[in-house]
Amino acid sequence: MKKNWFVYPYIVWMIIFIVAPLLLLLFYSFTTTTDEGIKFTLEHLRRLWDPIYFSVFLRSINLALISTAICLLIGYPVAVILASKEYSSNKIMTLLFVIPMWMNFLLRTYAWMTLLEKNSPINVILNLLHLPPLQILYTDKAVVLGMVYNFLPFMVLPIYSVLMKMDKSIIEAAEDLGGNYFVVLRKIIIPLSVPGIMSGITMVFMPAVTTFIISRLLGGGHYMLIGNLIEQQFLVAGDWNFGSAISFALMIIILISMSIMHKYDKEYEGGAIW
Amino acid sequence: MVTRISKKIYLYLIFLFLYAPIIILVIYSFNESKSRGVWSGFTLKWYRELFNDREIASALYNTVAIAVLSSIIATIIGTAAALGIYNMKKFAKTIIMNLTYLPVLNPDIVTGVSLMLLFVFIKSFTNIGLGFFTMLLAHITFNIPYVILSVLPKLRQFDKHIYEAALDLGSTPFYAISKVVIPEIAPGIVTGFLLAFTLSIDDFVISFFTTGSGVSNLSIYIYSMARRGINPKINALSTLMFTTVLILLLIINKRTSKNEAGNSNINLIKSSNNNKNKNLKGGYNAA
Repeated sequence: MKKNWFVYPYIVWMIIFIVAPLLLLLFYSFTTTTDEGIKFTLEHLRRLWDPIYFSVFLRSINLALISTAICLLIGYPVAVILASKEYSSNKIMTLLFVIPMWMNFLLRTYAWMTLLEKNSPINVILNLLHLPPLQILYTDKAVVLGMVYNFLPFMVLPIYSVLMKMDKSIIEAAEDLGGNYFVVLRKIIIPLSVPGIMSGITMVFMPAVTTFIISRLLGGGHYMLIGNLIEQQFLVAGDWNFGSAISFALMIIILISMSIMHKYDKEYEGGAIW
Repeated sequence: MVTRISKKIYLYLIFLFLYAPIIILVIYSFNESKSRGVWSGFTLKWYRELFNDREIASALYNTVAIAVLSSIIATIIGTAAALGIYNMKKFAKTIIMNLTYLPVLNPDIVTGVSLMLLFVFIKSFTNIGLGFFTMLLAHITFNIPYVILSVLPKLRQFDKHIYEAALDLGSTPFYAISKVVIPEIAPGIVTGFLLAFTLSIDDFVISFFTTGSGVSNLSIYIYSMARRGINPKINALSTLMFTTVLILLLIINKRTSKNEAGNSNINLIKSSNNNKNKNLKGGYNAA
């Protein structure tokens, strides 16, 4: 089949809209505009190590790690239950689990703003029970909650799909040999679901570390994660050079963590570098 | 028995967690009072206000127009590219595939910002300003890789001999592609198109950076409204969007469960989410 030319429009498109923008990003990261013109500089990269900005990086990574851990803790049992004998033939449960994902991401986050407000239904109920009100809106906790809520399906679905493909007779064999539920879980189900866990972790960690919507809406206007810092540099501070440098650093962090995670992912194909 | 009940309870708790915010939004969309915590009577006024809102109408128009155009264009370019990539030599293929994965793996915000730099750069010597057109270009750009990655696995399953047989029987290469190859890989093309469409409908971050003043899609509009504080009109909008999605899903589910028992649910799951690297990776693990 000789139709290599079919790919040319795509190559042209990629060069203009993928390669060129990234080169521009790189160019902005390493230059500065002075009165005498454009000069090469490493100043922006050095500024990343400034404690103010560096702490933003650390906080983003920290919150993303916490959210990923919580997603794994909550999500793993969900995946196991959905893939278990009672539920695996019943697709309704799985469907019910994904329906909320179909709703606009911003609306879901916005919904939590409503739920965490001072006069929210949760607090009305807590008040009736004479319990102290829940006041976490505009704190770290609200941001972590927003991340867990939005990204939980990304943890559950890959684990679920690995578990569904697993040969169920292995579990039966283990049970026949006298293993109780927890032994089967520990010795069979968990080890076999490691690829799913790995992609789940990647799929939660990546968007959590780069989000700026959740932190802006649930963390309040002055809350800073890497995403907010980039947005602020481009749209508020107007410092495109430094904004590009942060974006560049974020891209490197993500691509490195991706390539580490892919070492665990045997079925991955295509890109050899990432 | 005990584990069965506890499994059920756990699952219902998770569903409560997932649905509570949505249910609250739906309830409040009918609340007369603007403030929360107070139920002051049933009303449809927020829906009326929603329908009379010009900005929302234009945001909806932009969202749908961009989703339709970008997914069609991305499907055409992407399918052609997949056919080309499939026939490439190993070395060139590796380079192209790595470049294809780049926008998929790259954080949205980096893609958005870098495209913004490009569009501003272009603007400096042409009169193409940031707005609908640049947003469309950005959407096509992030959609193409998903089409390619949906079509390629189908091409790998395709038996080359069928194509050669068509040529032997006297068809022109073009005729053979349109009559033999395309129908064979059609499921992949459709998946790619749907994936592109949903990603485009749902996108916020990239649109946010690549649009100009005055042009917004629904996500951008919701964002600016939510930033200003709680607004019952958003509740009404959420309710309508959620109901639409629910109805569409039920129809699709009914249709697909007739065709191929159950399996397609998983495909729906994949095309559903807005955050890309994940769904693709999840998708390709299962595909």
